[in-house]
Amino acid sequence: MKTFTYEKPATPEAAVKDIDTSGAKFIAGGTNLLDLMKLQVETPDKLVDISRLDLAKIEEREDGGLTIGALVPNSDLAADRRVVAKYEVLSRALLAGASGQLRNKASTGGNLLQRTRCYYFYDTAAACNKREPGSGCSAIGGFNRILAVLGTSEHCIATHPSDMAVAMRALDATIVTLKADGDRRRISIHDFYRLPGDTPQIENALEAGELITHIELPAPVKGKQEYRKVRDRASYAFALVSVAAIVDVQDGVIASASLAFGGLGPMPWRNPAVEAALVGKAPSDAVFEAAATALLADAKGYGSNDFKIPLARRTLIATLRNVTGA
Amino acid sequence: MNEHVMDAAFRPGGLDRAKQGVLGLGLDRIEGPAKVSGVADYAYEGTPDGIAYAAIVGTPVGSGRILGIDISAAEALPGVIAIIHNDPRMPAGEANSRAMPLFDTDVILHLGQPVAIVVAEDQAIARDAAALVVVRTEGGEDRFDVEAQPVDTAPKIGFLPPIDNGDLDAVMADAAVTFDRTYTTPVHFPAALEPHATTAWWEGGKLTVRTSNQVIGGARKTIAKALKIDADKVRVLAPYVGGGFGGKTGVGPEAILAAIAAEVVGRPVKVALPRRQTAYMVHHRSHTTQRIRIAADANGVILGMGHESVVAQNDDGEFLEPVPFGTLPLYRGDARRFKTDLVRVDLPASGAVRAPGEAVGTFGVECAMDELAEQLGIDPIELRRRNEPETDPVSGKPFSTRRMLDCYTQGAERFGWPANVPAPGSVRDGKWLVGIGMAASLRGNFTVEAQARVRLEADGRATVECDMTDIGTGTYTILAQTAGEMLGLPVAEVNVRLGDTDFPPSAGSGGSFGAGSACSAVVLACEDILGELALRMNAAPEDLSLHDGCVSAGGRSVKLADLVRGEPIVAMGKTGPGVESKRTSQASHGAHFVEVAVNAVTGETRVRRMLGVFDVGRVLNRKTATSQITGGMAWGIAYALSEEGIVDTRTGAFVNPDFGEYHVAVNADIPQLEVHFIEEIDDSANPVGAKGVGELGISGAGAAVANAIYNATGVRVRDFPVTLDKLLEGLPAV
Repeated sequence: MKTFTYEKPATPEAAVKDIDTSGAKFIAGGTNLLDLMKLQVETPDKLVDISRLDLAKIEEREDGGLTIGALVPNSDLAADRRVVAKYEVLSRALLAGASGQLRNKASTGGNLLQRTRCYYFYDTAAACNKREPGSGCSAIGGFNRILAVLGTSEHCIATHPSDMAVAMRALDATIVTLKADGDRRRISIHDFYRLPGDTPQIENALEAGELITHIELPAPVKGKQEYRKVRDRASYAFALVSVAAIVDVQDGVIASASLAFGGLGPMPWRNPAVEAALVGKAPSDAVFEAAATALLADAKGYGSNDFKIPLARRTLIATLRNVTGA
Repeated sequence: MNEHVMDAAFRPGGLDRAKQGVLGLGLDRIEGPAKVSGVADYAYEGTPDGIAYAAIVGTPVGSGRILGIDISAAEALPGVIAIIHNDPRMPAGEANSRAMPLFDTDVILHLGQPVAIVVAEDQAIARDAAALVVVRTEGGEDRFDVEAQPVDTAPKIGFLPPIDNGDLDAVMADAAVTFDRTYTTPVHFPAALEPHATTAWWEGGKLTVRTSNQVIGGARKTIAKALKIDADKVRVLAPYVGGGFGGKTGVGPEAILAAIAAEVVGRPVKVALPRRQTAYMVHHRSHTTQRIRIAADANGVILGMGHESVVAQNDDGEFLEPVPFGTLPLYRGDARRFKTDLVRVDLPASGAVRAPGEAVGTFGVECAMDELAEQLGIDPIELRRRNEPETDPVSGKPFSTRRMLDCYTQGAERFGWPANVPAPGSVRDGKWLVGIGMAASLRGNFTVEAQARVRLEADGRATVECDMTDIGTGTYTILAQTAGEMLGLPVAEVNVRLGDTDFPPSAGSGGSFGAGSACSAVVLACEDILGELALRMNAAPEDLSLHDGCVSAGGRSVKLADLVRGEPIVAMGKTGPGVESKRTSQASHGAHFVEVAVNAVTGETRVRRMLGVFDVGRVLNRKTATSQITGGMAWGIAYALSEEGIVDTRTGAFVNPDFGEYHVAVNADIPQLEVHFIEEIDDSANPVGAKGVGELGISGAGAAVANAIYNATGVRVRDFPVTLDKLLEGLPAV
C-alpha cells in the first residue's frame, strides 16, 4: 500500500473542498477501495473520510418517493420497512450481494461506485485499460468467464459488479451530488454510467471531486417485483446474470415493465427494447422470447463467457413467467 | 523411553483397562477459548522488540532467466531498511514441494518466484517498496499450457510406483462389459485461512522461527540446512496453526527469507504472504487428466481396472500427484494398471494438498463406477458390493480392518437409499431437478515415528509435551483425552504443550498420521508412568485402577498427588511403523450419500443433504473427528461445484488467486452434514488403534455430488468442477 494522508471533514461542503488533488479519494465503508489500495490497483495520495457525515438517513418525500443518504449502510437499506414494502426488488438485490459483514460496512453511494471484478483489473502485472489507460485488455483473448457480453468495446469487457445498482436502474433512481464549487446536481441513473468505448477508465458522470450525497427513488410503481441473481455459489459471489424485474399485468395484458440486468454489461443494463417487447402484450412464452431476443440481439461472447447469453435468455424468460404468473 | 514399533498387532494394557472414560468423548477443543478470545498467538502475531516487516518480491515473468535486479527506487522509499536479493542461501523453488528448495539460481521456474526480500519499518512500506523493485529478465520458451506439453510416461519422481498386473488390454478386449472414459480435475489451492507467515529472530547465534507450519520437526531441519547451520541452532515454534491442508507441510520460502533478513538487519523480522502471492509461493494440487478403464463380466464383477493419469510439475518439484492411490485397494480385479505420467511446466510447484491422490482420484474412479452401474443396469451400491475385495487386490495382503460393506449398508439405510434409484432427470420438485448419488471413500493409513513426554506433576496433574502441531484439528484435545484416559484424570487436569521443537519430536500434522501416531506415543509414555505408580502401590500394573485423580489397588486408594511425593514422574513414549505395518494393508473407509437439487432453468446446483458412514478405527474425540470429516465433505462439495485454479496460458499467471474468484464453499453452499462412525479399534495400525480421519472425508465426497448431479439432470460432466455452464445445454428447454 502506498502511504497517504487522511482528512476527516465535518460537513459535505468541507469534504468536497478537501478533495483538492487529483490523487485524492473519498472513503466511506472502504469495502472495495481498501482492498484495491492493498493491491495498489488504487493508489490515492489522500483519503477524505466521509463515513461520519450526516448522510445516513432514509426520508420519505412528499411525492411519495424516498431519499436515501449516500452513507446509509447496505444492511440498513435492505431492512428498511419502506424499502421492503414498496421497493422489494431493491431489498432483495442488496441482500443478494456480498456478505453480512460487508453489507454492514458498505454505503449506498459507494455501492454505486464499485469497481469491476475483472480478474485482470486486479492483477497489476496484466494489461488493463481501465487501470492503466492504453495498456491493453488482457481479458480479451484471456479467461473472461465473469465478464461482459453487452456494451463491450475492443478496449474493455469488464462488468459492473453491483446488485443494488441493477435494482436502482429498474427503479429509475436519481443520484444527487455536491460539486467542489458547491453546486448540486441531480443525475438520472440512466445517465450516470458510461460505456467503456475507448475510455474505460471513465466509468460514470461524476466530475473530479464530486460527492454523491443522496439517491432518490421515485414513488413506487405498480407491479410485481423480483430480483433473480444467478451465481456460481449460493452466497458471496458476483452475478453471472441477474435480472431486476418490475412488471404489472392488468386485465391479462402487461401494463408496464421495468427490467434491468446485472452481470451482462459494463454498467447495470437496461434496454427499452426489452420493455417494448412486453408492454401491451398478453404474457406468453413467445412474448418473453421476444423480450430475450431484444435484450441479447447485440450480445457478443468472448469465449469463456459465451454461456452467459443462453443463461441470460433462460433466466429472463423464467423471471418473466414468475412476475406475470404466466 | 517406552518404545513400541508396530512389529505385531498391539493394544497397550493400560489403555484396555482405563476407566476414566474421556477418550472418544465429543469434547470441545480445549484451546477454543484462547482462540476465540484472541489470546492464542499465531505466527504473524506478537511483536518482539525492534520488529521489522518484510515483503517478498517475485519474478514478473514465468520463464527465462533473471539478468539483474534494480533496487534503487525501492531503496529510496523512506522507511526501507534493507533489500536482500543476492544472498546465495535464498530459496528459489518452493521448499514445500520437496525436501529442500533450489538456491542461488538465475533460472526462472515460474511467475512469482521469490527473488528478493524487502525489510521496512512497517508492512505497507515493505509491500510498496517490493512493488518498486525491478527484476530484469530474459525470456525463454514457456510451458504454461499443461495440455500442450509432451508427456513423460516414465517420470523419475513420485512415491507411487506404477502397477501393471495382468494384461489389461487383453482383458478389456475379451470382457462382456467394458468402460473407458477420461475425467479431468483442475488446479486446487490449499487455501488455509491463516496466512503463510513467519516471525524470525536471532539471539547469540541461535535462530528462533515462529511460523505457520504443519510439521515443525522437519521444518527445523530444512531451515538449518538452507542456512547452513546446525539444527540445534534452530528452534521452530508453531503453537497454533490456522489451517494447512498440505500447504504448510514443508517450509515455505518466506520462513527462510525471514531468517536471512533478520540476520542481515540484526532485528526480528516478520513476513506474511498476501493472499494473491500465496498462490505462487505455496504449492497447489496439480490438475489431473484421468483415464479410467474397467473390464467386467455380465454381472458387473470387475476383471480388470486401469487408472492412468497425467499430472503437472515444474522443473524444481519432485512431487507427483499420486492420483490412483485410493483406487489401488478399492475394488477387485486381477488385471490392474495404475500409473501417473508427467508434464513439466513453468508454473508454481504442485504438491501435497489434503488427501493427495484420493481427493481427485476418486472423481475418476467413483464417477466411473456410477457410470458402469448404469451401463449394467444395477444399483451403484450393489456394483460396489460385488467388487469388494477380500484381500488387498494389488499386494494380496490382508486388510488390518475393513468395514466398507458396513459403511454401504448403514449409509444406505440411514440415508434412505431407494431400492430402485429413479432414472436420471426424472425427479422434479418445482423448478428443481432432484437427484441422489453415492461414492466410496478410502484413505490409506499411515503410522509414523512419534515421541511424547508425559509428566505426572507434584500436584497430581499431568503435562504432555511434544512438537506436534494442532492445525485446527483438535490435537491439543485428543492428547489431553489420551493422557487423561491412561492416568485417570479429567481432561482439565491435563496440560498439553505443542508446537515447539524443544519438545520431543512427534509426527506433525500431515497424511492423516498425526492423531494416531502422536496419541500412541502418549499412551506408551503413560504406560511407563503406570508401571512406576504400580511399584509405588506395591501392585502389578494390571491391578491398578485409576479414576478422577485417584489410584486404587488391593483395596487401597491414594490420590495421585500423594503418590507422586513431590518429584514429578516423567516418562517418554515412542512409536513407529514396523513389520505389522507392512504385513497388512491399512486404510480408513467410508461411503458418502448425497441429494442435490439442480435449478432446471439455470443449472445452479444446491446440495440438499449429505451423509457419510466411516470406518476409522478408534475414535479419539467424536466431535473433532466429525469436524474433520465434515470439513472434508464441505471441501468435496466445493471441488465438485466450484473450486478451480485457472492459469492464463499466455503468461503463466493464475487468473483467480484470491477468495473473490477462487470459490471455496461458503456456509450457504453446505447443507446439514451427517457423519456416523463404525468404530473397530485397529490393533495393527498403531498402539492407540486409530486410523486416519483428516483426509478421509474429502475422499469420494465430490464424486458423490457429481453422481447426484447426473442423477438429477441426466447430464454427465467429466470435466470438474461441475459449474452451471457445463450443464446448461443438457437442461430442459425453458
